[in-house]
Amino acid sequence: MSIDKETARRVAKLARIAVPDDRLEPLSQEFNAILGFIEQLQEVDVAGVEPMVSVTPQRLKRREDVVTDGDQPAKVLANAPDAREGFFAVPKVVE
Amino acid sequence: MTELTDLTLAGARDALRAGETTAAELTEAHLTAIEGAGALNAFVHHTPEIAREQAKAADARLQAGDAPAMCGIPIGVKDLFCTKGVASQAGSRILEGFRPEYESTITTQLFDAGAVMLGKLNMDEFAMGSSNETSTYGNAVNPWKAGNSDAALTPGGSSGGSAAAVAARLCLAALGTDTGGSIRQPAAFTGITGIKPTYGRCSRWGVVAFASSLDQAGPMTRTVRDSAIMLQAMSGHDPKDSTSADLAVPDFEAMLTGDVKGQVIGIPREYRMDGMPEEIEALWQDGIAMLKDAGAEIRDISLPHTKYALPAYYVIAPAEASSNLARYDGVRFGHRAALSQGDGITEMYEKTRAEGFGDEVQRRVMVGTYVLSAGFYDAYYNRARKVRTLIKKDFEDVFADGIDAILTPATPSSAFELGAMTDADPIQMYLNDVFTVTVNLAGLPGVAVPTGQDRRGLPLGLQLIGKPWQEGELLNVAHCLEDRAGFVARPAKWW
Repeated sequence: MSIDKETARRVAKLARIAVPDDRLEPLSQEFNAILGFIEQLQEVDVAGVEPMVSVTPQRLKRREDVVTDGDQPAKVLANAPDAREGFFAVPKVVE
Repeated sequence: MTELTDLTLAGARDALRAGETTAAELTEAHLTAIEGAGALNAFVHHTPEIAREQAKAADARLQAGDAPAMCGIPIGVKDLFCTKGVASQAGSRILEGFRPEYESTITTQLFDAGAVMLGKLNMDEFAMGSSNETSTYGNAVNPWKAGNSDAALTPGGSSGGSAAAVAARLCLAALGTDTGGSIRQPAAFTGITGIKPTYGRCSRWGVVAFASSLDQAGPMTRTVRDSAIMLQAMSGHDPKDSTSADLAVPDFEAMLTGDVKGQVIGIPREYRMDGMPEEIEALWQDGIAMLKDAGAEIRDISLPHTKYALPAYYVIAPAEASSNLARYDGVRFGHRAALSQGDGITEMYEKTRAEGFGDEVQRRVMVGTYVLSAGFYDAYYNRARKVRTLIKKDFEDVFADGIDAILTPATPSSAFELGAMTDADPIQMYLNDVFTVTVNLAGLPGVAVPTGQDRRGLPLGLQLIGKPWQEGELLNVAHCLEDRAGFVARPAKWW
């Protein structure tokens, strides 16, 4: 498996990270080094092995389905780079 | 009387209770030490006002005779922990300016027990790194030097600031976190003790997430006893973390008898790596001899899937990171890039994340995105999770065969020079965690203890791996090793 410049561009897009064009080639080489290392996993016989879901066997606890938190918009918005009138503000999404 | 900054946590606790010193005095001594240690770049956000206030409250409790073990103990907190009203950036530019409106469960428990926070500690960005060189604050520096060389060494990572601060006596103890070795490797590089507890022992609530199925917080201290005391205060069930275990927390300190007679210690042959330095092998043999001499039975064991732990980790950890770090979008907290005319929301995400994340974080987020993408999910991610099942089974098999704990080196080398890995490919840096990462994948407790020095005088550590939920038993073996090794070296002050 080898990652080319176009695949690197696609992955950067999926990850929502702007990567300048001249960085894509070196980036694809870094990916290939890491994926080459990961490739060793193909040697392992995993027939009949369950993929791990939880490292400590446990049943997740349940609680009453009731409101336990909320009603603190000022705190929720306190760290926003841009907040107006009780909302997070973002660039125009709908024309 | 000894310098207040030279006390152990246990010694300080006893001195406080006996009225020989006060939390205020202890705190001032450490604040002064921190002021003089800028060259180590360990503390990145200083909180002297909070510390003085907490010390005052601790002294009142001590006077009233209501003093838990951590009462009045000055600690440092890794920048990964959310602390109310105090910058919590996970070592990243993308969380610039973020001041949480809430307090993590672990810091809440420690503060409720009377601990004093001196400030926040340097770390690799989002805990991704093994040398503290990916931090937005710049490198943390190891207080140790190699022989007569003046070269600046890494304190290890990702909890590099925590390790440097404890080793340099800037705090009595520090909080660290460990996803692939981030407590144990820096502990070994700086000659201190650090334990990663069983997955689920300490709440992850309010700790910035890297790889949620691997992350655990733990104490970093100068002695095993100190780790036992601090771990006690950090542990316990938290309804706010669904993976936190609802189990009773034993009295870890009371379990430190030092008696390991009849304990069966496994020595895994797969940890004897090609090209491993002789000094590491000698350190390991010395540790084996110490435990044997103390009455433990030494048994050779096999953990056949060890070799595949790092590759599995470098699928699972980036996959989880790519998902966890999706929240940094420039909308709710932290940094947002300046936008150009006509930029829409997608450009805002892409520019914000390009500016906010450093190279290593970007690389791991993208690798994670790739291994989770359509067409590769089975080949990479699911396969890695199956291999993880096998790695855990390796440990279960040896424990079922009667092994009580496993002894290995903590790291494949002593601390290296800052900048030494700059031009190496990322895999070279990843190899630092070769002995520690299996423990995270299997969810087990692991502790690093300093037991020797290399020929240039740098500290070296051994790792002990225990059964799930047996931190007390594990710390007892570590205590025995500590006692036999008699590691007393400390870095000469140059900063």
